[in-house]
Amino acid sequence: MSPDERTAECPLLTLDGVTKTFPGVRALSSVSLALYPGQVTALVGENGAGKSTLVKILTGIHRPDEGRLSIDGQARTLGSPHDAARAGITAIHQETVLFDDLSVAENIFIGHAPRTRFGLIDTRAMHREAARLLRRIGASLDPAARLRDLGIASKHLVAIARALSIDARVVVMDEPTAALSHKEIEELYELVETLKADGKAILFISHKFDEIFRIADRYTVFRDGEMAGSGLITDTDSDALVRLMVGRSVEGIFPAGSGRFGETVMEVRGYSHPTEFDSIGFSLRRGEILGFYGLVGAGRSECMQSLFGVSRPSAGHVEIDGRELRARSPADAIAQGLVYVPEDRGGQGAITGLPIVGNVSLPSLGGLSRRGFVAMAAEFALAREYTARLDLRASALDQPVGTLSGGNQQKVVIAKWLATRPLVIILDEPTKGIDIGSKAAVHAFMRELADDGLAVIMVSSEIPEVLGMSDRVIVMREGRQVAEFDRDVASPEALVRAAAGIAVAA
Amino acid sequence: MNEIGGVPGTPGPSGSPGPRALPDRSRGWLARAGTSWETLLLVVAVAIFLLNAQLSPYFLDPWNLSDATFNFTEKAMIAFAMALLIVAGEIDLSVASIIALASTAMGFAVQLGAGTPVLVAVGLGVGLACGAFNGLLVARLGLPSIVVTIGTLSLFRGIAYIVLGDQAYSGYPASFAWFGQGYVFWVITVEMVLFLITAIAFGVLLHKTSFGRAVYAIGNNPTAALFSGIRVPRVTFILFLLTGLMAGLAAVCLTSRLGSTRPSIALGWELEIVTMVVLGGISILGGSGTVPGVVLAAIIMGLVTFGFGLMNVPGIVMSIFIGLLLIAVIALPVLGRRLLRARR
Amino acid sequence: MGGLITRRDGLLALALVLLVALVAWRFPTFATPGFLGGVFTDSSMLIILALGQMTVILTRCIDLSMASNLALTGMIVAMTNTAVPALPIPVLVAMAVGIGAALGALNGLLVWKAGIPPIVVTLGTLTIFRGLIFVISDGQWINAHEMSDGFKALPRLAPLGVPLLAWSAIVVVLAMALFTTRTGTGRALYAVGGNPDAAVYAGIDTGRTRCIAFVIAGGLAGLTGYLWVARYAVAYVDIAGGFELDVIAACVIGGISIAGGIGTVVGALLGALFLGVIKNALPVVDISPFWQLAISGAAIIVAVLFNARAERRPGRIILKRAERAGSSTDSTMVSGGAS
Repeated sequence: MSPDERTAECPLLTLDGVTKTFPGVRALSSVSLALYPGQVTALVGENGAGKSTLVKILTGIHRPDEGRLSIDGQARTLGSPHDAARAGITAIHQETVLFDDLSVAENIFIGHAPRTRFGLIDTRAMHREAARLLRRIGASLDPAARLRDLGIASKHLVAIARALSIDARVVVMDEPTAALSHKEIEELYELVETLKADGKAILFISHKFDEIFRIADRYTVFRDGEMAGSGLITDTDSDALVRLMVGRSVEGIFPAGSGRFGETVMEVRGYSHPTEFDSIGFSLRRGEILGFYGLVGAGRSECMQSLFGVSRPSAGHVEIDGRELRARSPADAIAQGLVYVPEDRGGQGAITGLPIVGNVSLPSLGGLSRRGFVAMAAEFALAREYTARLDLRASALDQPVGTLSGGNQQKVVIAKWLATRPLVIILDEPTKGIDIGSKAAVHAFMRELADDGLAVIMVSSEIPEVLGMSDRVIVMREGRQVAEFDRDVASPEALVRAAAGIAVAA
Repeated sequence: MNEIGGVPGTPGPSGSPGPRALPDRSRGWLARAGTSWETLLLVVAVAIFLLNAQLSPYFLDPWNLSDATFNFTEKAMIAFAMALLIVAGEIDLSVASIIALASTAMGFAVQLGAGTPVLVAVGLGVGLACGAFNGLLVARLGLPSIVVTIGTLSLFRGIAYIVLGDQAYSGYPASFAWFGQGYVFWVITVEMVLFLITAIAFGVLLHKTSFGRAVYAIGNNPTAALFSGIRVPRVTFILFLLTGLMAGLAAVCLTSRLGSTRPSIALGWELEIVTMVVLGGISILGGSGTVPGVVLAAIIMGLVTFGFGLMNVPGIVMSIFIGLLLIAVIALPVLGRRLLRARR
Repeated sequence: MGGLITRRDGLLALALVLLVALVAWRFPTFATPGFLGGVFTDSSMLIILALGQMTVILTRCIDLSMASNLALTGMIVAMTNTAVPALPIPVLVAMAVGIGAALGALNGLLVWKAGIPPIVVTLGTLTIFRGLIFVISDGQWINAHEMSDGFKALPRLAPLGVPLLAWSAIVVVLAMALFTTRTGTGRALYAVGGNPDAAVYAGIDTGRTRCIAFVIAGGLAGLTGYLWVARYAVAYVDIAGGFELDVIAACVIGGISIAGGIGTVVGALLGALFLGVIKNALPVVDISPFWQLAISGAAIIVAVLFNARAERRPGRIILKRAERAGSSTDSTMVSGGAS
């Protein structure tokens, strides 16, 4: 049956007018989605477009503020992951949510293992059932093998087998091929066909266009938390999808740069790591904003964290302001003027239990202390100055950072680094999960920093941001540097093609 | 899409009439002090003091009170260092064994004819060495501190047993007794003075120095602390050194007070010290708590021990009270919060 | 049976065999079945307690009160026997297990319902239980002549030539092996300790599982309480003082990870036996028993080092070198504009 003939079928799961708001951000705005049995719907969109929030709503982790979720036409409320599982919805994430120290069979059947007469787990029946499920999906895994000993591809297969064991009818796959080899990806595609034949409705989230056009029947594009378009895959092409993803015009929203650059302040040559990235090289001038674009998992954050001293590279030469940088810890990098604003604000960027003033002063305590004693007046003055510069919205400087909105937490992190008067500042996904108002503030501020003579590296997966802010863009794919564009030459299509590895049209 | 929450009023950055400064603090100092754990401890301490004074005529005698301080001063010295370690998210269960080993080493030195200054150096030095060993395993090799220090707990005391067996060393020089048995001013003991000095020193270290800030940061979020440029392994190592040093100091005081050494001295002290720290408001999970709280907890435990002792309650029954106090002290805020939430 | 024996257990077993062989080389009497059997019997109580502690540690908790639980239960049972000598011993044993389990439940409920960290709870109950012994016994000892003959004789009874003390350890080992590998709750222990968030998604009640772990540990401590006072024919406040350290040492040596989720019954058994062999080998090799504490301390540290190396997880692998050939993707440099 071709997708056209299937259009007349009823959808298995629908979302109608679903809205979800978090403090300070509207993640989803009245989106609708329909999943049809035996068909794959691809969900496409940039980071921050709302895809992961949607997955969390489908798997019962969040509840929508407005709107309705219906299965087989009946409205359902999913109050917990357990409810979602019972409703027949299961998800496979990039990082699997399974138990490393249990066996394959136990992972498949945890929570609902077959029992013997005495209430004990019937291991033989469990292994038999597990083997049957694994055979059905074409996985040649030993049910008794420990999950820890398997690779990520096999773990995905176990997750899928678990989905079958709970008789899931809706399977959500969130970037499942991110860490797979080509052969494993082919095997996954065959698996998807098997699931389709079984009548499962599949939501397939991916950035990779070749994948989407290979296995999807339908598509939906999210942009800024709203639905930008949907339809049959046969009715569209990659250009149209890119246009829907990017949508609004790029000019006019971002602050313009002065175009004047100073001397080279950072040089990186042949920078490599055994498993995460290879042969990265670039130079950076004062006043410049260098954007790093790529798909999730391309190795950009890993490269930046390594430069910052969090991990050790295997080769390469880095110079800051003419002096070689050998960062064995972040303290070394900071001492030479290189600072890093992490993507994970709450986990790595700010210390949520400490107050604003404590966070802002932390790297600068050396300068604020006389013989080890912190001068509290100077500390508060520093915090006051930098939080005012960034227009931080809070009730007082001793407020714990954990109570601030995402945008304001980000301002605290940036303020903390500015107070150290760095030479180079790396911002990793600086506006991820932040509302448009604060985004604009952060962008304006970044441009101000560059104009003041700082060198800025911006890692971002949002095309408008990359194109609007960067003076130059480097694209990374699978740990390697694959393209470099000047501002005037870069275009959304060129970026997406380079990041996804689509050949340039002749 | 506008920002939801935060301070209402003034518009965005561009075009605003100049930077808006935030107030320093959200509440006045009285409000902050009034709702703190330390204030509660102070109230409890005063209550117990008054209760004891009522229940026993011997309580308010200055010499008795002074004698009573011995039951907590040595432990408290270690508790201050332990408090910083626990705030940083680690623990050291080997402190009592360090006392035993340091004490044994001092006894050994006495047999070799060492004088008081050398004895003190030996005691402190062994404490430092043990602390360094712990620090190496935890900070440099990244091993979990709870099991490492359970291991060194056995190892250190075990070495003391190997050296001494079931014998005892005595014959300490007369001048050595000053630490544990001496008085500085009327009823104020040397140990009390040392207690106060270490309390102030560690209080200042935790609350007024950049080192102390690093300790709080590491306890709250070691990853973010590392990303903020804090040398986490170095700070952790120093904390273990300090704990070992304090154990060495306590060993000097205790040995001096007893006038002899056995490998079994200070048995079980590590648990009392951890109790003192947790009672003082330091969260066992790390990241919060103050030194004044530990001071008050030490005083409370001392008052309870002394008061019960005056009423001839055996030590072991006293410890029931301490155990109950520990659990109640942690459980009550949690249960209280739950009650409040249920009422809303 | 998956999860019963791991490679680490095999290595530990090998180390144990080597240790015994080393001692037997110079002192052949050590390796006789009679002597080794005696070592096993001597280690029985440690084995039972180590299995209880393992249950708790698997769920990412710890129980410092097991030795105090043992002592309190032992005293209660001994006092009962002194007061009511006619009460059949099996009833007393059941009482011991029940009381121990109730004390364990106290720990478990405080962790589950009051949300207090396990180390703080068991630090508190450790002293409370010990103190209660004094309260109920008024500080008096119960000596051998006050206990009934049946009471003292039970552990020594030797069906099939093996003392009941050893049998109880064997039975507990088998029961725990079955529990941890074949029951839903037993497997849930590993899930809760290994990945608590995923356990919630799988529908497991993590708080309840932890509480059950404490009840089991308490019950086993209670059983050991009877065995201890019966075997040594004495009950007083300080019995088994410091024993909780040996128990945790046995678990660490046995490969039970303090982070939870990792560990086997065989591992705990071998860890306890390892300590038992050391304790019994010292007099044979004519090393003073005062070396025992230091040696077990060193063994713990070595075991922790070993555990840490085994538990290390590999990092992300982003570079794909192997299958570049035949790929349809374009990996040549694409640049635009002057660079």
